[in-house]
Amino acid sequence: MLSLELEGIGKWFGERKVFENLNLKLENPTCLAVIGPNGSGKTTLLRIICGLIRPSQGKVSLKLDNQVVKKEAQGPFFSLVAPDLQLYDELTAFENLKFFSQLRDAVYSKDNLMQKIEQVGLKKREDDLVSSYSAGMKQRLKYALALLSSSKILLLDEPSSNLDEEGILVMEQIIQQHQEVGIVILATNDLKETQYAQQIFKLGN
Amino acid sequence: MPSKFSNWVTKITAVFKKEIKSEFRTRYALNSILMFAVVTLTTLSFTVGQFALTNPVKSALLWVILFFSAMSGLAQVFIKEEERRTASILKLSALPNVIFLGKFFFNLVLLFMLEIVTIPLFLILLSLQVESWLLLLVILLLGSLGLTSATTIIGAIVSKTNVKGTLLTVLSFPILLPLLVISIQGTKLALDGSHLAGAGSEIIFLLSYTIVMLTASILFFETVWME
Repeated sequence: MLSLELEGIGKWFGERKVFENLNLKLENPTCLAVIGPNGSGKTTLLRIICGLIRPSQGKVSLKLDNQVVKKEAQGPFFSLVAPDLQLYDELTAFENLKFFSQLRDAVYSKDNLMQKIEQVGLKKREDDLVSSYSAGMKQRLKYALALLSSSKILLLDEPSSNLDEEGILVMEQIIQQHQEVGIVILATNDLKETQYAQQIFKLGN
Repeated sequence: MPSKFSNWVTKITAVFKKEIKSEFRTRYALNSILMFAVVTLTTLSFTVGQFALTNPVKSALLWVILFFSAMSGLAQVFIKEEERRTASILKLSALPNVIFLGKFFFNLVLLFMLEIVTIPLFLILLSLQVESWLLLLVILLLGSLGLTSATTIIGAIVSKTNVKGTLLTVLSFPILLPLLVISIQGTKLALDGSHLAGAGSEIIFLLSYTIVMLTASILFFETVWME
């Protein structure tokens, strides 16, 4: 059993308060949609959850089978797919996946990487530099990376951003598969995307 | 089942290899440090090459070139991650010490490449006579290790700011001054023909500087990187 708990989370950027005193507890399997107007702090919240930003107040705790997971060991539990998350343009798609699979202790074999690439519909483009990819292809590659890591918590910021219809089907499949075993948290402005979620968390007024 | 240590080494190697591949495809740092070194050397040879320079002056000139060339390129390893917004995914994927050491070894290789090009040119253009090659190599090796450890952590700090160029010089000066002074002194001794034993205090200082700087950098890096 994996549980993610936010206790009294608040964040300020200088004088500007983004949100304060957020409390939330999630246990797998589940899917949560975080909604709210622009600037309400959806992206900030996802980044706080995975440890990329420190909260101004409160804490995020992760427990596996009721044992607290130490902060420095939490990295492999999270996968993040977000528009502002960039992969290496000067590497090919395959090289990007190979590099991150080595860093994240993922199973590295050519077949495994190719399977993920095929799963997101990038077969035959795996040896192209990521700089030659369209925004939608880059988004698909981020999903391939999320699949590769087999992280228990999948954080999706604007999940269908830049994706075409086929890409959205791939995304839906991944969300479906992941929420059966782990925790999916998606931040979105598109209310259609909340259909994937069992819980909705609203930020802002 | 790989041990924890070999797993850690594999990850550092992965970061190092990624940096090498990335650098040879983008020439982000290599071009700037090599161009800086070659232009400075050529200018120096035209302006002061005709004069009979003393060994202390020649040693100082060598380290001034290495220092400013290193400043123009080595800090880029972290600046480019921030500028190209690839830092976030790297933070999520690896422990800070893995990233630091991977980038440290890459910077070290970059500095050695710079020295392979610069030093023979420097010897030829400024008509340098080296009396003790072994001592010169030891001083260059230890000086490069110290220069790389300091520049790598300073690069990480600077990458988080908006005034990268200015801050890099301001932060580097007090940290690197002792290293440069002793490296210049050691190089002078090598040009004069001193043996290794004659430069014992310089060698011990450079070795200690590198160990202290590298240890402090690894401990301090997590705070800088995750900020």
